Amino acid sequence: MKYLCLVYLSPEEWNSAPDEACMACGDELRASGHFITGTPLHPAHTATTVRVRNGRVSVTDGPFAETKEQLAGFYLIDARDLNEAIQLASKIPPAQFGSIEVRPTRELMVSPQHAAAAAAR
Amino acid sequence: MPAAEIARVSTQIDQIYRKDSRRIFATLIRLLGDFERAEEGLHEAFRAAMEKWPAEGLPQNPVAWLVSAGRFKSIDKQRRDQRFEHLEDRPDVAESLADQAPALDEKEELEDDRLRLIFTCCHPALASDAQVALTLREVCGLATEEIAAAFLTPAPTIAQRIVRAKSKIRDANIPYQVPARDELPERLDSVLRVVYLVFNEGYSASSGDSATRADLSGEAIRIGRLIVELIPEPEARGLLALMLLHESRRETRATPDGELILLDEQDRSRWNRALIAEGVALVRTAFETQLPGPYAIQAAIAAVHAEAPSAADTDWSEIVGLYDLLLRITPSPVVALNRTVALAMRVGPEAGLAALDDLLGEGVLDGYQLAYAARADFCRRLGRHVEAREAYQRAIKLTVQTPARRFLEKRLAALPE
Repeated sequence: MKYLCLVYLSPEEWNSAPDEACMACGDELRASGHFITGTPLHPAHTATTVRVRNGRVSVTDGPFAETKEQLAGFYLIDARDLNEAIQLASKIPPAQFGSIEVRPTRELMVSPQHAAAAAAR
Repeated sequence: MPAAEIARVSTQIDQIYRKDSRRIFATLIRLLGDFERAEEGLHEAFRAAMEKWPAEGLPQNPVAWLVSAGRFKSIDKQRRDQRFEHLEDRPDVAESLADQAPALDEKEELEDDRLRLIFTCCHPALASDAQVALTLREVCGLATEEIAAAFLTPAPTIAQRIVRAKSKIRDANIPYQVPARDELPERLDSVLRVVYLVFNEGYSASSGDSATRADLSGEAIRIGRLIVELIPEPEARGLLALMLLHESRRETRATPDGELILLDEQDRSRWNRALIAEGVALVRTAFETQLPGPYAIQAAIAAVHAEAPSAADTDWSEIVGLYDLLLRITPSPVVALNRTVALAMRVGPEAGLAALDDLLGEGVLDGYQLAYAARADFCRRLGRHVEAREAYQRAIKLTVQTPARRFLEKRLAALPE
């Protein structure tokens, strides 16, 4: 099963986990076969939120929620179950300063016919 | 078959249902990988037993029979459903499901399944109130309405919590397993916390009618025993001891018309000696470890009370020492407050009052009714009636539970003018 580990940090802690440590963490996850992809993010003030309401695209400045902690990056990992995902997420360095949101990913719910038609296009 | 024989078999089925249905359910979750299917399978299995056993007699191992019946009925139903849904689309699924299902092993495997179920229901990824509701529903088999009555919460709210928790178990893939050795201490904490919450809900007079509440405590003790049997960790033993020692006093804590009776005025001859003996023995084993945990220490305090012939003949210095130990491990204002009460018994109300006023000065006990009730009691014993009256009035204002409030009002009325 795939889990998305979202890294949250407050602006004061933004640089607390050194890039070298995060790189090493990614390398370790890669070596153990759990790593799918991951990347650090720019601070939240660079974020844009996109919404579509009644068919119209609305673009607003900033992250979707007003919280102190901001999304700082993510790792997409492949873990056996939630216990393993939690255990791996707890090793992500910023877990010590902020929080990691672990979310199970899901498949898009499309019918086999639709998927076949999409593949044919 | 004669009617009497049929009646006898259905009584036996009833008994098996009461005693073993949750075990069977726990095993079916493992075999079928899903709470809903296991619940259906369980009902199908007992329906099949009602049809077959009166004619054929009880099988040699009824529990194993019911587990297999539940499993096959469920797999059979899935096959039929799939045929309707996808026609010949996925004939492999049901087959592989049947192959994966491990053969039913001995008793040990069944007991492990109950533990798997407990750890899954108390998984820290689930909301705390959902853990409690789910444990009572799935491990204890209480109806949603019974849980709602015990917690004075509307049944739809409880139902919603349970549904959400189950869908999280499925969607986030919370595994059905007892945690590995290195995760065990932390995960066991979460299980013990839920068990103690259930017990306290049944023991404290906060809500619900008293029959339902006694059931809750009984369920908590039953789970506590199961955990001790399978994971004899010191804190698991400590918690079981603590629950047993509290339970030993259940009948003496109130008059028949619900008036509160404090520890020092309880009829100690009516304390349940068997529960006390079991609790005290468990405390001893829980203290064989280097660092006793908070449950073991609280149980030790309860054990000193349980073994004392009267309030005056209680080893209060031992109790103060145990509170000191508890404060070092889990510093909390409530523990500190309890320590002042023990101190007042060992040294005198003056010492208790001084320690309590220090705590009140720190502001950590603001709004906590027991702090003012304790202050009122210390002042009353010191003959400082004006201060006592003030503290009683403050405590009464903060107390929600009727019996406790009535008790304080009586004490207030008994103060000399």
